[in-house]
Amino acid sequence: MKASYGYTDGSGGYYIIVDTEQCTACGLCVQACRWGVMEVGEDEHDPLSDRLVAKVSEAHRKKIKYSCAQCKPASKQIIPPCISSCAPKAIEHSW
Amino acid sequence: MPEEFWRWTESRWTSPEIDWRAGKIISAGVDVGSVSTQAVVMVDGKLYCYSNMRTGSSSPDSANKAMAWALEGTGLEIANLHYTVGTGYGRVNVPFSQRAITEIACHARGANFMYGPSVRTVLDMGGQDCKAIRCDEKGKVMNFRMNDKCAAGTGRGMEVFADLLSLPITQVGELSLDVDVEPPPVSSTCVVFAKSEATGLLRKGWPKNKVLAAYCSAMAHRIATLLEQIGIEKEFAITGGIAKNIGVVQRLEKEIGIKALKPELDTQIAGAIGAALFAKALAEKEKKG
Repeated sequence: MKASYGYTDGSGGYYIIVDTEQCTACGLCVQACRWGVMEVGEDEHDPLSDRLVAKVSEAHRKKIKYSCAQCKPASKQIIPPCISSCAPKAIEHSW
Repeated sequence: MPEEFWRWTESRWTSPEIDWRAGKIISAGVDVGSVSTQAVVMVDGKLYCYSNMRTGSSSPDSANKAMAWALEGTGLEIANLHYTVGTGYGRVNVPFSQRAITEIACHARGANFMYGPSVRTVLDMGGQDCKAIRCDEKGKVMNFRMNDKCAAGTGRGMEVFADLLSLPITQVGELSLDVDVEPPPVSSTCVVFAKSEATGLLRKGWPKNKVLAAYCSAMAHRIATLLEQIGIEKEFAITGGIAKNIGVVQRLEKEIGIKALKPELDTQIAGAIGAALFAKALAEKEKKG
Protein backbone atom coordinates (compact mmCIF):
# COMPACT_ATOMS: atom_id res chain seq x y z
CA MET A 1 0.00 0.00 0.00
CA LYS A 2 1.13 3.53 -0.70
CA ALA A 3 0.38 5.49 2.42
CA SER A 4 0.42 9.26 1.94
CA TYR A 5 0.73 11.46 4.98
CA GLY A 6 0.26 15.19 4.65
CA TYR A 7 -2.14 17.69 3.16
CA THR A 8 -2.85 20.12 0.38
CA ASP A 9 -3.12 23.79 1.19
CA GLY A 10 -3.27 26.98 -0.86
CA SER A 11 0.44 26.74 -1.73
CA GLY A 12 0.48 23.13 -2.94
CA GLY A 13 0.40 19.49 -1.90
CA TYR A 14 2.76 18.22 0.79
CA TYR A 15 2.83 14.46 1.23
CA ILE A 16 5.36 11.91 2.42
CA ILE A 17 4.51 8.64 0.74
CA VAL A 18 5.56 5.34 2.30
CA ASP A 19 5.30 2.18 0.23
CA THR A 20 4.38 -0.34 2.89
CA GLU A 21 5.08 -3.31 0.60
CA GLN A 22 8.71 -2.20 0.32
CA CYS A 23 9.19 -0.97 3.89
CA THR A 24 11.06 -3.40 6.16
CA ALA A 25 10.48 -1.36 9.34
CA CYS A 26 14.26 -1.20 9.84
CA GLY A 27 13.92 2.20 11.49
CA LEU A 28 16.82 3.88 9.69
CA CYS A 29 14.58 6.73 8.51
CA VAL A 30 13.57 7.34 12.13
CA GLN A 31 17.24 7.72 13.09
CA ALA A 32 18.00 9.81 10.02
CA CYS A 33 15.30 12.41 10.68
CA ARG A 34 16.46 14.94 13.26
CA TRP A 35 13.03 16.46 13.51
CA GLY A 36 11.18 13.35 14.63
CA VAL A 37 8.90 13.24 11.61
CA MET A 38 9.24 9.50 10.99
CA GLU A 39 8.30 6.67 13.33
CA VAL A 40 7.82 2.91 13.14
CA GLY A 41 4.59 1.39 14.36
CA GLU A 42 1.62 -0.76 13.45
CA ASP A 43 0.07 -0.29 10.02
CA GLU A 44 -2.95 1.89 10.80
CA HIS A 45 -4.59 1.27 7.46
CA ASP A 46 -4.28 -2.50 7.51
CA PRO A 47 -5.53 -3.33 11.01
CA LEU A 48 -5.60 -7.09 10.51
CA SER A 49 -1.89 -7.43 9.75
CA ASP A 50 0.69 -7.61 12.54
CA ARG A 51 3.47 -6.06 10.45
CA LEU A 52 5.24 -2.91 11.55
CA VAL A 53 5.81 -0.10 9.06
CA ALA A 54 7.41 3.34 8.91
CA LYS A 55 5.00 6.27 9.00
CA VAL A 56 4.83 9.98 9.66
CA SER A 57 4.20 10.71 13.33
CA GLU A 58 0.79 12.11 14.20
CA ALA A 59 2.28 15.36 15.53
CA HIS A 60 3.81 16.25 12.15
CA ARG A 61 1.09 15.19 9.71
CA LYS A 62 -0.55 18.58 9.50
CA LYS A 63 2.66 20.61 9.29
CA ILE A 64 5.17 18.62 7.26
CA LYS A 65 5.73 21.54 4.91
CA TYR A 66 7.39 23.24 7.87
CA SER A 67 8.78 20.14 9.63
CA CYS A 68 10.60 19.08 6.48
CA ALA A 69 11.64 22.56 5.34
CA GLN A 70 15.10 22.27 6.95
CA CYS A 71 15.94 19.33 4.71
CA LYS A 72 14.57 20.97 1.58
CA PRO A 73 16.42 24.25 0.97
CA ALA A 74 15.02 26.28 -1.90
CA SER A 75 18.54 27.16 -3.13
CA LYS A 76 19.52 23.64 -4.15
CA GLN A 77 17.99 20.21 -4.50
CA ILE A 78 19.25 17.69 -1.97
CA ILE A 79 17.96 14.24 -1.19
CA PRO A 80 16.41 14.38 2.29
CA PRO A 81 18.01 12.01 4.83
CA CYS A 82 14.82 9.97 5.27
CA ILE A 83 14.86 9.09 1.57
CA SER A 84 18.61 8.49 1.30
CA SER A 85 18.64 6.29 4.42
CA CYS A 86 15.94 4.00 3.04
CA ALA A 87 17.58 0.97 1.42
CA PRO A 88 14.40 -0.49 -0.15
CA LYS A 89 13.48 2.98 -1.52
CA ALA A 90 10.12 2.96 0.20
CA ILE A 91 9.93 6.70 0.95
CA GLU A 92 8.95 9.45 -1.46
CA HIS A 93 8.15 13.13 -1.10
CA SER A 94 5.47 14.70 -3.28
CA TRP A 95 7.04 18.14 -3.34
CA MET B 1 -36.78 28.76 17.89
CA PRO B 2 -35.50 29.80 14.46
CA GLU B 3 -35.29 27.12 11.82
CA GLU B 4 -31.97 25.31 11.62
CA PHE B 5 -31.35 24.94 7.92
CA TRP B 6 -28.17 22.91 8.32
CA ARG B 7 -29.95 20.18 10.24
CA TRP B 8 -30.31 16.85 8.43
CA THR B 9 -32.54 13.96 9.41
CA GLU B 10 -31.18 11.60 12.00
CA SER B 11 -32.22 7.99 11.49
CA ARG B 12 -32.16 4.48 12.86
CA TRP B 13 -32.99 1.09 11.36
CA THR B 14 -33.31 -2.56 12.46
CA SER B 15 -33.31 -5.55 10.15
CA PRO B 16 -36.63 -7.38 10.43
CA GLU B 17 -35.09 -10.67 9.26
CA ILE B 18 -32.27 -11.23 11.71
CA ASP B 19 -32.55 -12.59 15.23
CA TRP B 20 -29.40 -11.61 17.11
CA ARG B 21 -29.92 -14.39 19.67
CA ALA B 22 -29.17 -16.94 16.96
CA GLY B 23 -25.94 -15.18 15.93
CA LYS B 24 -22.47 -16.44 16.76
CA ILE B 25 -20.58 -13.17 16.59
CA ILE B 26 -22.18 -9.83 17.35
CA SER B 27 -19.81 -7.11 16.28
CA ALA B 28 -20.21 -3.36 16.39
CA GLY B 29 -18.65 -0.29 14.83
CA VAL B 30 -18.94 3.28 16.02
CA ASP B 31 -17.86 6.11 13.75
CA VAL B 32 -17.57 9.31 15.75
CA GLY B 33 -17.05 11.96 13.10
CA SER B 34 -16.63 15.68 13.44
CA VAL B 35 -20.23 16.33 12.41
CA SER B 36 -22.09 13.02 12.64
CA THR B 37 -21.86 9.81 14.66
CA GLN B 38 -22.99 6.39 13.50
CA ALA B 39 -23.31 3.12 15.37
CA VAL B 40 -23.67 -0.15 13.47
CA VAL B 41 -24.30 -3.63 14.86
CA MET B 42 -23.68 -6.72 12.75
CA VAL B 43 -24.68 -10.29 13.43
CA ASP B 44 -22.27 -12.75 11.79
CA GLY B 45 -21.23 -10.11 9.28
CA LYS B 46 -24.81 -9.14 8.32
CA LEU B 47 -26.15 -5.67 8.96
CA TYR B 48 -28.50 -5.87 11.94
CA CYS B 49 -29.16 -2.32 13.09
CA TYR B 50 -27.74 1.17 12.89
CA SER B 51 -28.22 4.73 13.99
CA ASN B 52 -27.00 7.96 12.48
CA MET B 53 -27.05 11.15 14.49
CA ARG B 54 -25.28 14.41 15.08
CA THR B 55 -22.06 14.45 17.11
CA GLY B 56 -22.26 16.46 20.31
CA SER B 57 -19.49 18.29 22.09
CA SER B 58 -18.28 15.13 23.81
CA SER B 59 -17.11 12.11 21.82
CA PRO B 60 -17.80 9.51 24.57
CA ASP B 61 -21.33 10.86 25.05
CA SER B 62 -21.98 10.86 21.30
CA ALA B 63 -20.75 7.27 21.00
CA ASN B 64 -22.90 6.16 23.94
CA LYS B 65 -25.98 7.95 22.63
CA ALA B 66 -25.60 6.62 19.08
CA MET B 67 -25.14 3.05 20.31
CA ALA B 68 -28.08 3.33 22.74
CA TRP B 69 -30.29 4.54 19.88
CA ALA B 70 -29.11 1.79 17.53
CA LEU B 71 -29.88 -0.85 20.16
CA GLU B 72 -33.26 0.66 21.06
CA GLY B 73 -36.03 -1.93 20.91
CA THR B 74 -33.73 -4.77 19.86
CA GLY B 75 -33.24 -6.28 23.31
CA LEU B 76 -29.49 -6.13 22.74
CA GLU B 77 -27.27 -4.43 25.27
CA ILE B 78 -23.71 -3.16 25.04
CA ALA B 79 -22.69 -6.10 27.24
CA ASN B 80 -23.88 -8.49 24.50
CA LEU B 81 -21.49 -7.07 21.91
CA HIS B 82 -18.53 -9.38 21.41
CA TYR B 83 -16.23 -6.83 19.88
CA THR B 84 -16.53 -3.12 19.16
CA VAL B 85 -14.27 -0.99 16.99
CA GLY B 86 -14.22 2.80 17.10
CA THR B 87 -13.35 4.93 14.07
CA GLY B 88 -13.47 8.55 12.92
CA TYR B 89 -12.16 11.67 14.62
CA GLY B 90 -13.28 10.53 18.05
CA ARG B 91 -12.19 6.91 17.61
CA VAL B 92 -10.00 6.83 20.72
CA ASN B 93 -12.88 8.15 22.81
CA VAL B 94 -15.42 5.36 22.34
CA PRO B 95 -15.82 4.09 25.92
CA PHE B 96 -17.04 0.56 25.15
CA SER B 97 -14.71 -0.20 22.22
CA GLN B 98 -11.82 -2.64 22.27
CA ARG B 99 -9.87 -1.09 19.42
CA ALA B 100 -9.61 2.08 17.33
CA ILE B 101 -9.05 1.85 13.57
CA THR B 102 -8.52 4.74 11.13
CA GLU B 103 -11.50 5.87 9.07
CA ILE B 104 -9.52 5.30 5.88
CA ALA B 105 -9.32 1.56 6.49
CA CYS B 106 -12.95 1.48 7.68
CA HIS B 107 -14.40 3.41 4.74
CA ALA B 108 -12.61 1.21 2.20
CA ARG B 109 -13.90 -1.90 3.99
CA GLY B 110 -17.39 -0.42 4.38
CA ALA B 111 -17.63 0.61 0.71
CA ASN B 112 -16.58 -2.91 -0.26
CA PHE B 113 -19.54 -4.23 1.76
CA MET B 114 -22.06 -1.63 0.60
CA TYR B 115 -21.20 -1.50 -3.11
CA GLY B 116 -19.63 -4.91 -3.67
CA PRO B 117 -16.08 -6.12 -4.37
CA SER B 118 -15.84 -4.35 -7.74
CA VAL B 119 -15.23 -1.00 -6.04
CA ARG B 120 -11.68 0.24 -6.63
CA THR B 121 -11.93 3.93 -5.81
CA VAL B 122 -13.71 5.25 -2.75
CA LEU B 123 -14.29 8.87 -2.01
CA ASP B 124 -15.30 9.67 1.52
CA MET B 125 -16.71 13.12 1.87
CA GLY B 126 -17.11 13.75 5.52
CA GLY B 127 -17.97 16.63 7.75
CA GLN B 128 -14.52 18.07 8.07
CA ASP B 129 -12.22 16.29 5.67
CA CYS B 130 -12.14 14.45 2.44
CA LYS B 131 -10.39 11.21 1.57
CA ALA B 132 -9.71 9.56 -1.74
CA ILE B 133 -8.96 5.85 -1.31
CA ARG B 134 -7.92 3.14 -3.75
CA CYS B 135 -8.68 -0.39 -2.59
CA ASP B 136 -8.54 -3.99 -3.80
CA GLU B 137 -11.37 -6.52 -4.15
CA LYS B 138 -11.25 -7.29 -0.43
CA GLY B 139 -11.62 -3.65 0.56
CA LYS B 140 -8.00 -3.41 1.63
CA VAL B 141 -6.46 0.05 1.22
CA MET B 142 -3.91 0.28 -1.62
CA ASN B 143 -3.34 4.00 -1.76
CA PHE B 144 -4.98 7.04 -0.27
CA ARG B 145 -4.90 10.80 -0.11
CA MET B 146 -6.52 12.78 2.60
CA ASN B 147 -7.14 16.46 2.82
CA ASP B 148 -7.49 17.10 6.49
CA LYS B 149 -5.97 20.54 6.71
CA CYS B 150 -9.29 22.37 6.80
CA ALA B 151 -13.02 22.06 6.24
CA ALA B 152 -12.89 23.34 2.65
CA GLY B 153 -14.92 21.20 0.30
CA THR B 154 -16.71 19.21 2.97
CA GLY B 155 -20.06 18.67 4.60
CA ARG B 156 -19.64 21.34 7.22
CA GLY B 157 -18.96 23.90 4.50
CA MET B 158 -22.22 22.91 2.82
CA GLU B 159 -24.06 23.31 6.14
CA VAL B 160 -22.67 26.82 6.49
CA PHE B 161 -23.98 27.65 3.01
CA ALA B 162 -27.41 26.17 3.72
CA ASP B 163 -27.60 28.36 6.78
CA LEU B 164 -26.42 31.47 4.94
CA LEU B 165 -28.99 31.02 2.19
CA SER B 166 -31.79 29.83 4.52
CA LEU B 167 -32.33 26.67 2.47
CA PRO B 168 -32.69 23.18 4.00
CA ILE B 169 -29.45 21.19 3.64
CA THR B 170 -31.31 18.26 2.09
CA GLN B 171 -32.43 20.45 -0.83
CA VAL B 172 -29.32 22.48 -1.65
CA GLY B 173 -27.95 19.88 -4.09
CA GLU B 174 -31.06 19.83 -6.20
CA LEU B 175 -31.53 23.61 -6.09
CA SER B 176 -27.94 24.14 -7.24
CA LEU B 177 -28.73 22.28 -10.47
CA ASP B 178 -31.52 24.71 -11.28
CA VAL B 179 -29.33 27.16 -13.24
CA ASP B 180 -29.30 27.90 -16.97
CA VAL B 181 -25.61 28.65 -17.20
CA GLU B 182 -23.04 27.27 -14.80
CA PRO B 183 -21.56 30.24 -12.88
CA PRO B 184 -17.80 30.46 -12.20
CA PRO B 185 -16.93 28.54 -9.03
CA VAL B 186 -16.45 30.28 -5.68
CA SER B 187 -12.73 31.00 -5.61
CA SER B 188 -12.00 30.96 -1.88
CA THR B 189 -10.87 27.65 -0.42
CA CYS B 190 -11.56 28.57 3.18
CA VAL B 191 -15.20 28.14 4.24
CA VAL B 192 -15.20 31.40 6.16
CA PHE B 193 -13.83 33.33 3.16
CA ALA B 194 -16.14 31.45 0.79
CA LYS B 195 -19.07 32.56 2.91
CA SER B 196 -17.94 36.19 2.66
CA GLU B 197 -17.56 35.75 -1.08
CA ALA B 198 -21.09 34.34 -1.30
CA THR B 199 -22.47 37.24 0.74
CA GLY B 200 -20.89 39.54 -1.82
CA LEU B 201 -22.49 37.61 -4.68
CA LEU B 202 -25.91 37.84 -3.03
CA ARG B 203 -25.41 41.56 -2.61
CA LYS B 204 -24.67 41.76 -6.34
CA GLY B 205 -28.10 40.27 -6.95
CA TRP B 206 -27.24 36.64 -7.66
CA PRO B 207 -30.16 34.30 -6.94
CA LYS B 208 -29.62 31.71 -4.20
CA ASN B 209 -29.40 28.73 -6.52
CA LYS B 210 -26.71 30.42 -8.61
CA VAL B 211 -24.63 30.98 -5.48
CA LEU B 212 -25.17 27.34 -4.54
CA ALA B 213 -24.14 26.24 -8.03
CA ALA B 214 -20.93 28.25 -7.69
CA TYR B 215 -20.17 26.60 -4.33
CA CYS B 216 -21.07 23.06 -5.43
CA SER B 217 -18.90 23.32 -8.51
CA ALA B 218 -15.97 24.69 -6.47
CA MET B 219 -16.35 21.71 -4.14
CA ALA B 220 -16.60 19.21 -6.99
CA HIS B 221 -13.48 20.65 -8.59
CA ARG B 222 -11.48 20.45 -5.38
CA ILE B 223 -12.49 16.83 -4.86
CA ALA B 224 -11.69 15.94 -8.48
CA THR B 225 -8.14 17.25 -7.97
CA LEU B 226 -7.74 15.07 -4.89
CA LEU B 227 -9.03 12.03 -6.78
CA GLU B 228 -6.73 12.65 -9.73
CA GLN B 229 -3.73 12.52 -7.40
CA ILE B 230 -4.33 8.84 -6.69
CA GLY B 231 -5.83 8.00 -10.08
CA ILE B 232 -9.45 6.99 -10.52
CA GLU B 233 -10.21 3.41 -11.41
CA LYS B 234 -13.69 1.96 -11.91
CA GLU B 235 -15.89 1.15 -10.03
CA PHE B 236 -16.17 4.43 -8.18
CA ALA B 237 -18.20 4.90 -5.00
CA ILE B 238 -18.87 7.84 -2.75
CA THR B 239 -19.44 7.54 1.00
CA GLY B 240 -20.21 10.13 3.64
CA GLY B 241 -22.85 12.83 3.88
CA ILE B 242 -22.00 14.76 0.69
CA ALA B 243 -22.80 11.64 -1.35
CA LYS B 244 -26.42 12.69 -0.75
CA ASN B 245 -25.84 16.07 -2.38
CA ILE B 246 -26.76 15.56 -6.01
CA GLY B 247 -25.40 18.98 -6.98
CA VAL B 248 -21.86 18.05 -5.97
CA VAL B 249 -22.09 14.42 -7.14
CA GLN B 250 -23.33 15.27 -10.65
CA ARG B 251 -20.73 17.98 -11.15
CA LEU B 252 -17.99 15.64 -9.91
CA GLU B 253 -19.13 12.84 -12.22
CA LYS B 254 -19.05 15.26 -15.13
CA GLU B 255 -15.57 16.48 -14.26
CA ILE B 256 -13.94 13.05 -13.83
CA GLY B 257 -16.05 11.37 -16.54
CA ILE B 258 -17.03 8.42 -14.35
CA LYS B 259 -20.43 7.72 -12.82
CA ALA B 260 -20.55 6.88 -9.13
CA LEU B 261 -22.30 3.69 -8.04
CA LYS B 262 -25.82 4.20 -6.70
CA PRO B 263 -26.02 3.49 -2.98
CA GLU B 264 -28.64 1.18 -1.48
CA LEU B 265 -27.75 1.97 2.10
CA ASP B 266 -27.27 5.27 3.94
CA THR B 267 -23.89 6.52 2.68
CA GLN B 268 -23.10 8.03 6.06
CA ILE B 269 -22.82 4.63 7.79
CA ALA B 270 -20.02 3.27 5.55
CA GLY B 271 -17.28 3.95 8.11
CA ALA B 272 -19.21 2.32 10.96
CA ILE B 273 -19.99 -0.70 8.74
CA GLY B 274 -16.27 -1.09 8.00
CA ALA B 275 -15.50 -0.82 11.70
CA ALA B 276 -18.08 -3.51 12.54
CA LEU B 277 -16.60 -5.80 9.87
CA PHE B 278 -13.12 -5.31 11.32
CA ALA B 279 -14.59 -5.98 14.77
CA LYS B 280 -15.90 -9.32 13.51
CA ALA B 281 -12.51 -10.26 12.04
CA LEU B 282 -10.73 -9.22 15.23
CA ALA B 283 -13.18 -11.18 17.40
CA GLU B 284 -12.53 -14.28 15.29
CA LYS B 285 -8.79 -13.71 15.55
CA GLU B 286 -9.08 -13.44 19.34
CA LYS B 287 -11.10 -16.65 19.55
CA LYS B 288 -8.48 -18.56 17.65
CA GLY B 289 -5.97 -17.11 20.06
